[in-house]
Amino acid sequence: MVCESWKAKLDTYLDGELPSEEMRDFDTHVHNCSSCAADALTRVQMKRGIQAAGKRFAPTSEFRRRVQSTIATKPHRRFRLTWMFAAALSILTVASLLSTYLGVQRSRREQVYSEIADLHVAALASSSRVDVVSSDRHTVKPWFQGKIPFTFDLPEVQNSEFSLVGGRMTYLGQTPGAHLIYAVRKHQISVFVFQEGALRRGWDKSSAVTKELSFNMATWSQGGLRYFVIGDASTADINNLAKLFKSTSS
Amino acid sequence: MWMSGLGPQSDSFEELAMPLFDQLYNFAHWLTQNREEAEDLVQETYAKALRGFSSFQLGTNFRAWMYRILRNTFLTSRTGLKATMTVPLDPEEDGPELAVEFETPETILFERANRELLQSAIGELPVYFREIILLCDVEEMSYQEIAETLSIPIGTVMSRLSRARKTLRDRLRPQFQAGSATATIAKGTNRGL
Repeated sequence: MVCESWKAKLDTYLDGELPSEEMRDFDTHVHNCSSCAADALTRVQMKRGIQAAGKRFAPTSEFRRRVQSTIATKPHRRFRLTWMFAAALSILTVASLLSTYLGVQRSRREQVYSEIADLHVAALASSSRVDVVSSDRHTVKPWFQGKIPFTFDLPEVQNSEFSLVGGRMTYLGQTPGAHLIYAVRKHQISVFVFQEGALRRGWDKSSAVTKELSFNMATWSQGGLRYFVIGDASTADINNLAKLFKSTSS
Repeated sequence: MWMSGLGPQSDSFEELAMPLFDQLYNFAHWLTQNREEAEDLVQETYAKALRGFSSFQLGTNFRAWMYRILRNTFLTSRTGLKATMTVPLDPEEDGPELAVEFETPETILFERANRELLQSAIGELPVYFREIILLCDVEEMSYQEIAETLSIPIGTVMSRLSRARKTLRDRLRPQFQAGSATATIAKGTNRGL
């Protein structure tokens, strides 16, 4: 059998798995050998028959959907977890930044309150508490002209329990402002007025009276000016004086 | 289908695995010979593959990996164990098959396109022969892919494939000879008419 050695490799040849050199030799042989050519033809037909017959079973579309849904849920879950993790991280970052920002703002505010309290105490401890001594607001207000870069209105306190002691120049940091002193019964209350923009601080929108270094303090912004009312008087007194200023300036 | 790119995580398992769904199901049905069992096998294969996707090695053949999971799952199933235990695999050292007669089962098969007969014969093959013929001729896997799928050397792929084909031809021959005789009678009858 001359072709025995060829036929032994016929399947491998038809599967295209012989080395390229042997494939070329086999091609040549099959072209010249009718026996091997016929054998190759029948085996190719067999392969084709198996290929056609082998593709026999098809899954139902319902089964496909079922499997797809089971494998599709996990990546989505991973995606959701990733997204949730990223969102949580973002929230933490924002919260952290916000906390830092608020902390800085709070720290600055506390610093300002502390300075305001210092100014109040320093003025009361001074032998000359005020530079302009007058209970008349129409005397005190003009005194500030040319001394501070803004003007403001003083409330009429004649019919109230408050009395104007006088006023003086003051500085908060490097910002010039007005310092007014009022008396209510035996308590001295300072009212500070500064330009809001010059202070560049973050303030609570609430103008409620707060406790700062045991002093009662109220602060608010009105007409581009920042007001501070501070003293050892009661919360109600601080609040009432603040209301008088607010009603005058509005 | 070869994995490439940044890694298994960068590609969706669904995108890689679902295009193989039909052929994996077909293969599973051939192995189990039962629709319900085939569905269970495919479902379990996809679940296992998804769980193990993160450990899938880059540069290896994804299709062969999927088929290997399916086959291993089948072999450890009750049906798989039964199939492999009741039909022991013949030794791999069988000599090559030689001469082919002029009137061969293949010729007759081609002429009559007797698909059902062929399907029946494939279904009756021992599972080790059935799977290797399907992987080679239906799935058109290379010997290397088959070796990866079945976890056997390429030399074993060649010898097992050769014996599987020979077995299939041997089993088809008497049926086709009977069919051929019937066809000849019918042919003669027609001519007589």
